[in-house]
Amino acid sequence: MEKFDKVHGVAAPMPLINIDTDMIIPKVHLKTIKRSGLGVVLFDEMRYHDDGQENEEFVLNKPAYREAEILVAGDNFGCGSSREHAPWAIKDFGIKVVISTSFADIFFNNCFKNGILPIVVEEEHHAVLMEDAHKGENARMTVHLEDQQITTSDGVVIEFDIDPHRKHCLLNGLDDIGLTMEKDHHIDKFEDHAGQARPWV
Amino acid sequence: MSPKTLYDKIWDAHVAHEADDGTCLLYIDRHLVHEVTSPQAFEGLRMAGRKVRAPEKTIAVPDHNVPTTPDRVNGIENPESRIQVEALDKNAKDFGIHYYPVNDVRQGIVHIVGPEQGWTLPGMTVVCGDSHTATHGAFGALAHGIGTSEVEHVLATQTLIQKKSKNMKVEITGKLQPGVTAKDITLAVIGETGTAGGTGYVIEYCGEAIRDLSMEGRMTVCNMAIEGGARAGLIAPDETTFEYVKGRPHAPKGAQWEAALNWWKTLYTDENAHFDKVITLRGEDIAPVVTWGTSPEDVLPITASVPHPEDFEGGKVDAARRSIEYMGLEAGQKLSDVEIDTVFIGSCTNGRIEDLRAAAEILKGKKIKDGMRAMVVPGSGLVRAQAEEEGLADIFKEAGFEWRLAGCSMCLAMNPDQLQPGERCAATSNRNFEGRQGRGGRTHLLSPAMAAAAAITGRLTDVRELM
Repeated sequence: MEKFDKVHGVAAPMPLINIDTDMIIPKVHLKTIKRSGLGVVLFDEMRYHDDGQENEEFVLNKPAYREAEILVAGDNFGCGSSREHAPWAIKDFGIKVVISTSFADIFFNNCFKNGILPIVVEEEHHAVLMEDAHKGENARMTVHLEDQQITTSDGVVIEFDIDPHRKHCLLNGLDDIGLTMEKDHHIDKFEDHAGQARPWV
Repeated sequence: MSPKTLYDKIWDAHVAHEADDGTCLLYIDRHLVHEVTSPQAFEGLRMAGRKVRAPEKTIAVPDHNVPTTPDRVNGIENPESRIQVEALDKNAKDFGIHYYPVNDVRQGIVHIVGPEQGWTLPGMTVVCGDSHTATHGAFGALAHGIGTSEVEHVLATQTLIQKKSKNMKVEITGKLQPGVTAKDITLAVIGETGTAGGTGYVIEYCGEAIRDLSMEGRMTVCNMAIEGGARAGLIAPDETTFEYVKGRPHAPKGAQWEAALNWWKTLYTDENAHFDKVITLRGEDIAPVVTWGTSPEDVLPITASVPHPEDFEGGKVDAARRSIEYMGLEAGQKLSDVEIDTVFIGSCTNGRIEDLRAAAEILKGKKIKDGMRAMVVPGSGLVRAQAEEEGLADIFKEAGFEWRLAGCSMCLAMNPDQLQPGERCAATSNRNFEGRQGRGGRTHLLSPAMAAAAAITGRLTDVRELM
């Protein structure tokens, strides 16, 4: 996985709450057996009209936000299905950070597996960031993972929390499976023990 | 020893390693796999030269993409769907995992097949690349959905990297009123907590109304724990559970059954164990409910009216406005006046035998409204066979329902069963998101009995009027 360091880029505002994974990527695009190439259908039903033309009103179709690298979204972002196609599409579009007041659990986990940083902030900070995102392409935010800080275009600094293990993995681009396989002896030991305690499993 | 919740007990029994910061390797007893969220995971294994660590604990079945019309024995027409199902065929064979192919009578929705075959047992950890894995919590198994990267992780290591969630208790006291079902309970709870109310928690459902439910009903309740944002839902195993499990193909037998039973009987929340959050609803207060909006939290008794967006606070005002517009409703309109054109009975939420019985009970000797498109999609081939044996299939067919083969079908519309823009469906499934059942389609979630009632009258209907 690519190492995550710092993002300095345009933040797009999506204040709608409960943006679900069907909105992020509708099921017609889940039939792929690959992980790549889904950016073009990110937010498909909101982003395109029925005839396939772009909906000019949709935030990521506006000239200011077409290159957005940060998304400031409403509460409970990513609720619904476990489809990892959602973070794959977000990443493929070029978004590296999603900021909200809360995320659905599975989506939140899936982000970290794909080098996307989901950041949970308090409501008051969220309001500041949402306002900043509404300023368009000249308002560039900076997200610094090492320092756990978001800096708005006006220089307001907002700190955020992140699980230390996840931070370490993102910063170093570490692959979870490789890390777990180093603990193979613990798994062997557990299997021996559990196999005796619960042989019916 | 300090008192433990059911969740604490199952968690503690499955920690293979705990790091200093509390990050754990949680051992996984059962890994269920379907065709949509697994191809990239198997591909990842191949590219890294890795094997499936415990193929005997891994069970695969195609369900999301499969057509449910009888002609599916001739193969899947849609090329992309076919490729996904063929990929699962090949992956199951190459990696040596248990497999129920499309035309096996045991095929069905992964969350119905697992319990039916006895793969799901009390006290287990169960995962699947599917959010409705929460279903298996009905057995007192810690079960939750994972993404594809985690599917690959479990395939390779039989563990997941996890941090423990908080404990939440949802108690439903007393008895349910006639016409009120497990689906009404689970929707009413989400109406109470909101779709983010369970975020960060594992829910244990308890109380007399939960105890009184069959395993089918308990699975319906736990299935939608995810719609409340929870990582998992749990119900402590009891005689109802043991009775259901006993004799299933992969359930323990003989001395192993006795040993298992001894352990299963310890799986309950100790007195005075700590819950971080407690919600209590009176069973008597729960009415038959329907959803009016595009989030499962948009739920009201069938006797209510579509709300006014201004009645909400914060971001929900705009969300409600958008929902009402998308749904083509008017604020203040009575829910029982909302006309529907499609009825879908099925899904991992309500595709089990008891669900079909409840719907058939209402439909017996009646016809669906003229012009109504109504379908029953049994949750598995075995549910279908049983319903045929019990005469339920005839009731559905005589009423005017299509009687389909098993699959996820119109719950998420990845197969040909989809709504057209503007069509309005009374659905026993679990999500009413925009476009969920087809682009522009409108979904009202409700119980199987309520869906049957709506099919007869052509509008959302209080099932108690037909009882």
